[in-house]
Amino acid sequence: MSLKQLIETGKFIVTAEVAPIKGTDTTELLEVAELLRGKIDAANVTDQQSSMMRLGSMVTSHLLKEKGLEPVFQMTCRDRNRIALQSDLLSASVLGIENVLALTGDVPSLGDHPQAKPVFDLDSVQLLWVISRLNAGYDMVGNELKGKTNFFPGAAVNPGADTEASFEMQIIKMEKKINNGARFFQTQAIYDVNLFAKFMKRVERFKVPVLAGVIPLKSAGMAKFMNKNVAGILVPDELIKKMTTAEDKTQTGIQIAADLIKNLKDICQGVHIMAIGWEKKVPQILAAAGL
Amino acid sequence: MKTITETKPLAEIMKLLEKHKRIHLIGCGTCATTCHTGGKAEVLAMKEQLKAAGKEVTGWMVVPTTCDPLTKYALKEESEAVAAADAILVMTCGFGVQTVAAYSDKPVYPGLDTMFIGWEQSPGRFIEICIQCGQCVLGLTTGICPVTRCAKGMLCGPCGGAREGKCEQQPEHDCVWVLIYERLKKLGMLDKLTDFVPPKDYSRMKIPRTAEVALP
Repeated sequence: MSLKQLIETGKFIVTAEVAPIKGTDTTELLEVAELLRGKIDAANVTDQQSSMMRLGSMVTSHLLKEKGLEPVFQMTCRDRNRIALQSDLLSASVLGIENVLALTGDVPSLGDHPQAKPVFDLDSVQLLWVISRLNAGYDMVGNELKGKTNFFPGAAVNPGADTEASFEMQIIKMEKKINNGARFFQTQAIYDVNLFAKFMKRVERFKVPVLAGVIPLKSAGMAKFMNKNVAGILVPDELIKKMTTAEDKTQTGIQIAADLIKNLKDICQGVHIMAIGWEKKVPQILAAAGL
Repeated sequence: MKTITETKPLAEIMKLLEKHKRIHLIGCGTCATTCHTGGKAEVLAMKEQLKAAGKEVTGWMVVPTTCDPLTKYALKEESEAVAAADAILVMTCGFGVQTVAAYSDKPVYPGLDTMFIGWEQSPGRFIEICIQCGQCVLGLTTGICPVTRCAKGMLCGPCGGAREGKCEQQPEHDCVWVLIYERLKKLGMLDKLTDFVPPKDYSRMKIPRTAEVALP
């Protein structure tokens, strides 16, 4: 069943992130796909994540699809202008890719090619608008397409924006994304379920499914690093303490993620697990969460 | 309007000048003087550095506004010292360098990197203010430019990466969308933020740009 159909059934959705490799050896990537098939509803394929040059998101999405794993093709506006973005969308459509997550993308200075010229010809809201145009059978300047696309577009939102202005702008922008075609949302990693519940209350009126981001903790150091460096992530002290004192840190990290998923189940429509190297542990996390 | 410049690394300047022995130096009394990159003091310091590197400096001048066509006359007045040089090192913005090149047959080299059009935020700190995109969006925000001051030039709101109001990519900068929100809130105009902003027409930045102005 497609992600769109699954979401329509009202089932609690599970997606997980799969990062393309740096290089051409796809052995491990295919192992991960094999392991996740049947365990998750769809796999998000990142697009040069954190501005690190890697194998393409479209090709990786295609490989996952061949393996029987439903891909969510992530697309950023950092590396392609409007001509290339539209062309890649047509290509992805021809390859049978149905789900697209429209993102603006990080700036190149964060990655391994900081000298690169950033593009940002469009932003995420405008990219969603373009996808809607292609779905309607037209390119963004109004030329008719011979064969239209049939994408199920999604978008990102950061429920943990830390100031009133940032938070309110996230809500305003989320509505703009919906008005321009976003049919589902995936969020930044959530650790404080109560805070997230407040966000969900605010966006309830939009009636668009939200999949809450989950990043399993590998160590207390990782939690502290994210608190210091990643916008919108706040790992509570209590969880950091748990990780510090844990005898088996891997097991504790898995359990914390599983508990989060259990608590999120009543609040939103699904979870999006960003395992960052722990892709093969995703089935364990889901089992511990009773999914 | 102020063009912000930075001095090129000396090694790069020496590489540019490696085939030339006798150098003439030109600075600028306007922007490069305020940036302390091409005023009298910097031109004289460069003269000493060139001499120390074995070059001969045939003369120097700081033209009041090097980008102005009047630079032609300054070069005429200085023609003897310029004629004696193998090359001219111009310590101005790119506009000044090209103006000197337009009025001189000598090889012309830049001593500075031209950075941006900016204003002085605090003494000695300049911030870019306009990228001259050719399709002004200041009306969307009532006076703060996201095209210039957002690292991604986002038109439909912030990326979600702001931390305590600062840009995730460049933490020394305020998130411009936070500034825009605060401004519109104060003005009671937050509804402006809900509009969809269509993609910009970047053909307005197709270089080199030309403009025809109506003459009286």
